[in-house]
Amino acid sequence: MNPWPFVIAAYAAGIGLSAALIAWAFASMHRAEAAADALKRK
Amino acid sequence: MHALANPARFLRLARPATAWLLLIGLVFAVAGMAAGLTLTPPDYLQGETVRIIYIHVPSAWLGMAGWLGIASAAISQLVWRHPLAAVAGRAVAPAGATFAAICLITGSIWGRPTWGTWWEWDGRLTSMLVLFFLYLGYIALASAERERGGEGRVTAIFGLVGALNLPIIHYSVLWWRTLHQGESIGLTGSTIDSSILWPLPLTMVGFTCLFAAAVLMRMRAELAEAKVEARMRRLGA
Repeated sequence: MNPWPFVIAAYAAGIGLSAALIAWAFASMHRAEAAADALKRK
Repeated sequence: MHALANPARFLRLARPATAWLLLIGLVFAVAGMAAGLTLTPPDYLQGETVRIIYIHVPSAWLGMAGWLGIASAAISQLVWRHPLAAVAGRAVAPAGATFAAICLITGSIWGRPTWGTWWEWDGRLTSMLVLFFLYLGYIALASAERERGGEGRVTAIFGLVGALNLPIIHYSVLWWRTLHQGESIGLTGSTIDSSILWPLPLTMVGFTCLFAAAVLMRMRAELAEAKVEARMRRLGA
């Protein structure tokens, strides 16, 4: 059994899910802080 | 920890810390994974699939450490009424759930060529799956309690009770000697050869920094949302 497809799948899952977590956390922080700043300026 | 009870003081530290943690996490994680994929030799038994440990082990550690963080936040909230404890618990849960999922997925992918099966109801695998479901339950409970305007005490108690699963995960390979191998890395040493082991600390540090950055970003988002909600209430009053 060729092991490389398994290794690549594991890395893709690990990198993909970590990147999705970071992107979601960053987007939600950016959105919330922008809304708070906009309200403060009003 | 009480020095950070003031959200304004916490934010002054969290803003630069988020950027540094992201940067350090990316550098260490990428370096560790690149080294693990290209510079280390294949294992004499597992062959090339041993390279999965550079993702699987940090995700297992972070899945468990995340719940330890939730339990610590729960104690801070219930005992000392720390104002940021509930926010911290809610911020840790999605990151912990993600890394518990990565641990389960990468373990399953590693199991197929090594054990000949994607899944087995083995003690370690099952207790890790229970941890993942505990995270989902915690996220649902925290969200429901927040919508009702609760203080998060029920969620904190759930976080403390769920911590009982942590020693079960840790000792599962000793209590039920089924498919998952015993401890390969302990406090006193490792059964893994150093030529294979050396990139692992790099990915451990890298993913831990990324986990911490994700938690800080979620905490900042929650604090900003709370600020907006409070201001809207004042404007509406």
